[in-house]
Amino acid sequence: MIEVRLPEERPQLLSITTVARQQLRATLRGRWFWMWTAAFVGLAVLLVVVALPNIDTARSAAFGRTSASLVTLVQVIVPLMGLTLGALAIAAPRESGALQFLLSHPVNRTEVFAGTFLGLAAGLGVSIAGGFGIAGLLTAPRGVASQAAVLLWIALLAWLLAMAMLSVGMAISTFAHTSGSALGMAVFSWLVFVFLGDLGVMATWVATRLPVGLLFAAAVVNPVEAFRLASLTAFSGSLDMLGPAGTFAIDSLGAALTPALAASLGAWVVVPLAVAWWRFGERSDV
Amino acid sequence: MIRIENLTKRYRSRTVLRDLSLDIAQGESVALWGPNGAGKTTVVRCILGLVAYDGTVEVNGLDARRRGKAVRSLIGYVPQELSFYADMAVIDVLDYSAELRRLPRERVDEVLEIIDLEDHAHKKVRELSGGLKQRLGIAAALLPDPPILLLDEPTSSLDAASRDKAVRLIEELRHDGRTLIVTSHHLEEVGMLVDRVVALEDGAMIAECSPLELAERLGLRAWLHVITAPGSADEAVRVLTAHGFDAHLNSHGVLVEVPAQSKGDAMAVLLAAGLTIEDIEVWR
Repeated sequence: MIEVRLPEERPQLLSITTVARQQLRATLRGRWFWMWTAAFVGLAVLLVVVALPNIDTARSAAFGRTSASLVTLVQVIVPLMGLTLGALAIAAPRESGALQFLLSHPVNRTEVFAGTFLGLAAGLGVSIAGGFGIAGLLTAPRGVASQAAVLLWIALLAWLLAMAMLSVGMAISTFAHTSGSALGMAVFSWLVFVFLGDLGVMATWVATRLPVGLLFAAAVVNPVEAFRLASLTAFSGSLDMLGPAGTFAIDSLGAALTPALAASLGAWVVVPLAVAWWRFGERSDV
Repeated sequence: MIRIENLTKRYRSRTVLRDLSLDIAQGESVALWGPNGAGKTTVVRCILGLVAYDGTVEVNGLDARRRGKAVRSLIGYVPQELSFYADMAVIDVLDYSAELRRLPRERVDEVLEIIDLEDHAHKKVRELSGGLKQRLGIAAALLPDPPILLLDEPTSSLDAASRDKAVRLIEELRHDGRTLIVTSHHLEEVGMLVDRVVALEDGAMIAECSPLELAERLGLRAWLHVITAPGSADEAVRVLTAHGFDAHLNSHGVLVEVPAQSKGDAMAVLLAAGLTIEDIEVWR
């Protein structure tokens, strides 16, 4: 028999990267992944093509239009990608028996959890890089290469939003009993983040004449809104287009605005992920 | 090698294992036998350290709860059917398993040869038959050449021919000196594979004996569907009833209830009465 060296009980980086690589391969083979990536890349290309014809006469305006359209596209598609991939991450392998098989190896739950998250985050990175990369390639030869840094920053913010939604999705996955219910909860969360959250804030403001500071805070708490505000700040330099809330944000936070928005997104990555990790370790079934 | 003491497992208010104690020596083969829901798979999960439980589970002196990774490095686990990595090639599944166990790549080739899966190495898991999936599960379990093999219902999803092949393969593994733990609800299979049976019902141990004794101790019964020569079914029922068997006519033959450990007795009675038996089927 092969001599067995007993492994360390604490999480090992090698085990995490092994699970992450496998998760990335599985993600890149997945139906959902390709569906969302195709939609994202296809619409990004369409938006660039529509926005670019006037680029020679009003270069910055056309770039602004392209960026704003990409931001809107990211706001709708990226949360759905992150949430659905996250929702299936634990619930689906638990249902199929793959999770039990994986955990029957000399790995612990933290390694499996971390590897799964990193693999999926890398997969989402590939998808976002594809969308923004193609948009960048199409705009660069037409004279807006100088704006590449802004596009790259928005792509990074989009990836941060994707990871935030992935964390929420994984939290859903660890609480759900079946992959079907996890997907249902993910779609509902998407509606809340993307549509109901925004509409709710607006309706509350109209009905109660909420102080502008609270209105801004309510918007920033929603990761999708935080992404939108951070992106708009990046390519337009101001939030004037948002009216009093935008003016308030600039006046009160100034240079700290972008870090504050990025911190909000970061918190949406860390907090749900911590909840998911706790629940994954605590569940008494496999 | 494996020591289980006062093992109790609850899922919220439901108790699925009740105060189970069991010792399994090195090289011994033991079956956890019982109907669905008896708690067999839960015992497997506790041994692998995959679920929280009350009581003690030790493998080679290691506490499964605190030294889960170390315990799992000593165990090869064979799931009921390895069908979940449907889009992966056989060799990729084994490479992944080997990588998780930090085994050299050459070990995958060795195991493919041992389990006779070389010709299927590049097939996707979804393209494999039930029998081949089972062999893949065994191949993955054998990668680390573990001292303990844990097989969860290894033949339940197989047809008769594949089941026979799987049983023969597991028998070979048993004679390699490994400790073998098999969960099953098939009495015949248990008889072929293990030295000792632990019968579970509703999470508690109800018997611990040799496979031969099990059917008798638990009073297990089977139904035989017997096809006799044309026109002799009535006579067969009369003869069997006269010898104390519960027998009646079925549309295509005679249905007779027998003790599960001595199915041949009813056949001997029919043959002694000069009746011709054309076919027999075991119904549970």
